[in-house]
Amino acid sequence: MSDLFAEYPKAMQRSTAFDEMFSPEAQLRSEYSGVNDVLQSLTVPDVSARAETMARTFLDRGVTFDFAGEERAWPLDIVPRIIPGEEWNSISAGVAQRVTALEMFLNDVYDRMEIVRDGVMPRSLITTSAHFHRQVHGFSTPGGVRVHISGIDLVRDDTGTFRVLEDNVRVPSGVSYVLENRRAIAKGLPEAFSGAAIRPVEEYPRRLLSALRRTAPEGVDDPTVVVLTPGVYNSAYFEHTLLAGMMGVELVEGRDLVCRANRVYMRTTEGEQRVDVIYKRLDDDFLDPLQFRADSMLGVPGIVNAARAGNVTIANAVGNGVADDKLVYTYVPDIIRYYLNEEPLIPNVDTFRLEEPEAREEVMDRLAELVVKPVDGSGGKGLVIGPDASRDELEALRQKVLADPRGWIAQPVLQLSTVPTLVDETFGPRHVDLRPFAINDGEDVWVLPGGLTRVALTEGSLVVNSSQGGGSKDTWVVDQDGAETGEVSTAVPWSTRRAHRSTQRVWPSAFHTDTNPSSDAYDEQQQQQNQGGAPC
Amino acid sequence: MLSRIAESLFWIGRYVERADGTARILDVHLERLNQLPLAEQRTVSANLMSVMGVDISDDDSPPGLQQLVTRMAFDLRQPNSIAGSLSAARENARRARETVSAPVWESLNATWNGLTSHRRDVVGTYRFCTWVIERTATVQGMADSTMSRDDSWQFLALGRSLERADMTARMLATGDEEAFRLSWANMLRCAGAYESFLRSRRAAFGDTYAVEFLLLDRLFPRSVVSSLRQVEQALIALDPEYSRTGKMDSARRLVGQACTFLEYHHSEDLLGELPEHLERVRAACSGASNAITSKYFAQAAEQAWTGEHI
Repeated sequence: MSDLFAEYPKAMQRSTAFDEMFSPEAQLRSEYSGVNDVLQSLTVPDVSARAETMARTFLDRGVTFDFAGEERAWPLDIVPRIIPGEEWNSISAGVAQRVTALEMFLNDVYDRMEIVRDGVMPRSLITTSAHFHRQVHGFSTPGGVRVHISGIDLVRDDTGTFRVLEDNVRVPSGVSYVLENRRAIAKGLPEAFSGAAIRPVEEYPRRLLSALRRTAPEGVDDPTVVVLTPGVYNSAYFEHTLLAGMMGVELVEGRDLVCRANRVYMRTTEGEQRVDVIYKRLDDDFLDPLQFRADSMLGVPGIVNAARAGNVTIANAVGNGVADDKLVYTYVPDIIRYYLNEEPLIPNVDTFRLEEPEAREEVMDRLAELVVKPVDGSGGKGLVIGPDASRDELEALRQKVLADPRGWIAQPVLQLSTVPTLVDETFGPRHVDLRPFAINDGEDVWVLPGGLTRVALTEGSLVVNSSQGGGSKDTWVVDQDGAETGEVSTAVPWSTRRAHRSTQRVWPSAFHTDTNPSSDAYDEQQQQQNQGGAPC
Repeated sequence: MLSRIAESLFWIGRYVERADGTARILDVHLERLNQLPLAEQRTVSANLMSVMGVDISDDDSPPGLQQLVTRMAFDLRQPNSIAGSLSAARENARRARETVSAPVWESLNATWNGLTSHRRDVVGTYRFCTWVIERTATVQGMADSTMSRDDSWQFLALGRSLERADMTARMLATGDEEAFRLSWANMLRCAGAYESFLRSRRAAFGDTYAVEFLLLDRLFPRSVVSSLRQVEQALIALDPEYSRTGKMDSARRLVGQACTFLEYHHSEDLLGELPEHLERVRAACSGASNAITSKYFAQAAEQAWTGEHI
């Protein structure tokens, strides 16, 4: 028995959070049994050595993130987070439902705004969103897709129910870490992989490329796809290079592109080459100095007009930010009911709209026990956690909220679920969230099995952002009885199996006699140097 | 130059490349194997060992991952294992120390000294493979930048490219499409060809394209066709005499015919024909190796003093 878990039950008692590995009675949940067996068989030095190797490998491979201007190895915890296949199927359906509804919402917002006409949402709420862009009003996108790639942030409350914390439909990042985490854990904890039916994640780049190509402007048979990055100083630059590499497409910066007559070209050594689909990893504000910030050096002048003319697909579409505005978030359950006529499969977190006077009053009274967030922030920026804030901070917050109620929302402090995490040579419960990624190719929303699990490395902390000292976990969707896998294999190498299929020989018969007169059954033994009699 | 030295250089080239190729194959396959159920692990690892020509007839250890790792990576007595190849390469370099440059000898020797300091479980093997790939790259790079392009270099390059063609053929033979989704990606990773392949193919993924790339691509240096071309070039540099028609040295003919056939062969069913192609490539490689041995090295063996044996 390893002493890595010695302190764990005691630590669990200190919090009311839902633990994903152990039930409140400290019983192991069945999906974790395989991982538990492996971890129990390891000693503390073993585990530390493996964690060290994984960090080393990340540094060597350049899997890093930017922490206060410094390149750090991506922090991956050795204990994977496991979601049973059946539970995942319902999460996945919920995410797909949400993305579908947001897609319809965006198409409506930039068209006739029927949702306003039907009184589901006030018009002012949409038009006051910082990310509502009139510049893209009134034209449709190829294939009707605006949310090609999305990341829906989920958390589990203290009863274990998954809830949506926020939607990311502008430039969701983090998927490269999902791919890298899986490769690293496969080598760092190989024993746990043995025999476990873990749904693979490596097809993501292929799915992404296929979705981007399918949503190319009409009439383009063999579209040229590029990834548009703000450049090497962006904190997600690693992800941009990885995705471009895995898709086999060019990674371009704004200065590599040029717009002429509403068409976009990239400058190559063979002259200018037409670009059809742009996977944009840039904020809308910087995309086109003709439409948005005129001082942007990162963008491409004229690109929005090219999209309006239908000559180029921008993924995700410009102006998507209105759908992940945190005040719009409070309406998403209504949005789902309105467009799909379905009940939301994954509930929201209860949220106060500070625009509404009664809600605002209540929040002002309970400021010290709530989380208050700016509606257009991401990455935990500007967020204030009431119980952790000082009196002065709360007072400053009160003033800010009263000055701009549209700009803020408030939520109860959620006890995010916990998963064992290696900290200082022992396992302790740490809070996690989950960001599943979805790809919409216009016909179907595909959700990557698992997604990015981020973990707060300080005990009790709820801040999981890597820019604020959070870590990550590999997320496994495991089918326990091999339900979804379906491809149980015979595992016969090509060389033997294929031999029986094709009896027709294609090589000239001269080869059969000339080279190897002995037989057709070629001996697979490798050649060795004939060392002969050793020289005396 | 001395036949004996030439032979040593040829085999240094082959053994170093063999260690590199085996480490690549083992690294990628181990990751995949590890995810299969136990019974399949046994079948697949037995298959892998047979494709790699590892002899397990005298092995009593239980079949499975551990046996695979031991026999393919660490077993010094097994001449096809990584450790076995590297120590054979070092032995050859020791005998030809005056012709290989000091950096090449030193990096081979340091590699040999480091062979035993690795943990032999699955996690240790991953690290071992990475280390071997790095060490062999060091040896190759040292040879590249410190050896004159005379005959000694040509023999080294000859051995290396011949083995490379053979190794890529084996990589292709170990691919299996049913055991694991996206196995073509693994096969390409084996050869370090994944990124090159993706760039050259745009959106055309799949088994057939991956096989075509590793077998026929003219620009990727580890593809079978490129490797065979490199063999041919080394043979021409060693014996530029047959520049026109007439008598042709048989190693060059074997390699040239195989390479040209592949290059100009049109196929509707590359996957179906693959076993035959691989078989022919390996036959051409071993035929060429034998021809090279009898042309350049054999005198030494024929004249060797047999001691007191009769």
